[in-house]
Amino acid sequence: MIGYVQNPDPPSLDVRGVRYAYPDGHVALHGVDLTVARGERVALLGPNGAGKTTLVLHLNGILTAAEGSVSVGGLTVNRDRDTLAEIRRRVGIVFQDPDDQLFLPTVAEDVAFGPANLGLRGAELAARVDEALAAVGMGEHRDRAPHHLSFGQRRRVAVATVLAMHPEVLVLDEPSSNLDPAARRELAEILRGLPVTLLMVTHDLPYALELCDRSVILDAGRIVADADTRTLLKNAPLLSAHRLELPYGFTP
Amino acid sequence: MGAGHAHVLYRESASPVHRLPPEVKIAAMVLFTLAVVATPRTAFWAFGGYALLVAGVAGLARVGPGWLLRRAAIELPFVIFAFALPFLGAGERVEVAGLGLSLDGLLGGWNIVAKGTLGVLASLLLAATTTTRDLIVGLDRLRCPQIVTQIATFMLRYLDVLVGEARRMRVARVSRGDDPRFLWQLRGFAAGVGALFLRAYERGERVYLAMLSRGYSGRMPAVWQGAGAATAGQWLVGATVPLVAAGIAATAVALT
Repeated sequence: MIGYVQNPDPPSLDVRGVRYAYPDGHVALHGVDLTVARGERVALLGPNGAGKTTLVLHLNGILTAAEGSVSVGGLTVNRDRDTLAEIRRRVGIVFQDPDDQLFLPTVAEDVAFGPANLGLRGAELAARVDEALAAVGMGEHRDRAPHHLSFGQRRRVAVATVLAMHPEVLVLDEPSSNLDPAARRELAEILRGLPVTLLMVTHDLPYALELCDRSVILDAGRIVADADTRTLLKNAPLLSAHRLELPYGFTP
Repeated sequence: MGAGHAHVLYRESASPVHRLPPEVKIAAMVLFTLAVVATPRTAFWAFGGYALLVAGVAGLARVGPGWLLRRAAIELPFVIFAFALPFLGAGERVEVAGLGLSLDGLLGGWNIVAKGTLGVLASLLLAATTTTRDLIVGLDRLRCPQIVTQIATFMLRYLDVLVGEARRMRVARVSRGDDPRFLWQLRGFAAGVGALFLRAYERGERVYLAMLSRGYSGRMPAVWQGAGAATAGQWLVGATVPLVAAGIAATAVALT
């Protein structure tokens, strides 16, 4: 069937030439291009201050690019209210500190916040909450207060809060930070089983290798490498040029 | 971070009072207090009636008198003035144990102490039988402005986080040899308060970003308000206390 497109779906993420400068004039992104196909799992690596979080905030329209465009599943981000609402449903961001994400007094209410903003009510809403909590194995904690949970449990609930919106893309900011080894492994198991496109911002290179086939390195507001994760991690000169280091004794 | 599991005032139990929906209890408490305040101060028997009502509800809620009275001590600073009134009051004087006391002052002091105590006891009973979370839900169902309930919700959620942060900052400060004993050595503490404020402010921004990312558009969605709201029967049950109190108040007003 020559001439037919192999994958007719639009890519989950299509970032083209995004430039962004903060109001103080500091240029954070110098024209970023990144395409992530549907169902792909990609690690976004880079040193502190590389612009990773800035890029993430462009993906759901919290920040708007000065130049360039961002499309999510074929829908281009713009300032229109309805478009933004749909973009924010499609892109679920899990922030680094679960205490920033979980702001309501009980787990269930917090998980319901996103889908309720989408207009869901009643039994449908309750079903979404149960489904999302079950997906991260936190079903029995639905009525507890977030500050009574362990850090690892809170991070899992934070993942559930965006899963409840049925996102197409799940973006995680440093998902393994502050987790003990068991919680880190449990989270990896959960993330691997989710039927979503995954973009993971991390400094944890073994975690990137474990979860993502492909990695990109962002440094000084530019994508400087985009390759198979194992190939990338074996390239020692590239890693050291961008302040990335493998843990002691780790060979990919 | 796991600190703060203890509720200061709430008493876990499955009594009939605990099971009443929060909005019923809040309304009953407010109406009861209004009836108490409207009662003329000379109708002493009426205050006895109110005390019996409070005791009855406390019994139903399985809240012991010791627990109630110890926590009622919170009103002491507010009623100290009332104890001074009999000495300061003007007008007709009576001789009590060799002291010349003002009759008007005695009645005024009694008025403040009796009404204050009954109000505090009623609020304590509400707090003992309703979790802070349910109180906010109840206020919301009573159509309390959303801005108030939202602020209360955030406070409830982030109080523990802030206290935990303050504690960690203090431990870090003390670990580096800070040992303030005098007022002028409080520099470290004061800077800590400033840092805590900045952190809370920054956290507020991050929380808002995270809310925006989940489709927040300026209004909290009404999520569970419908579920578990009071039925007519529960309102009737809850109405007994304020109705009896109103009856007592009306009789007292009519008699004086």
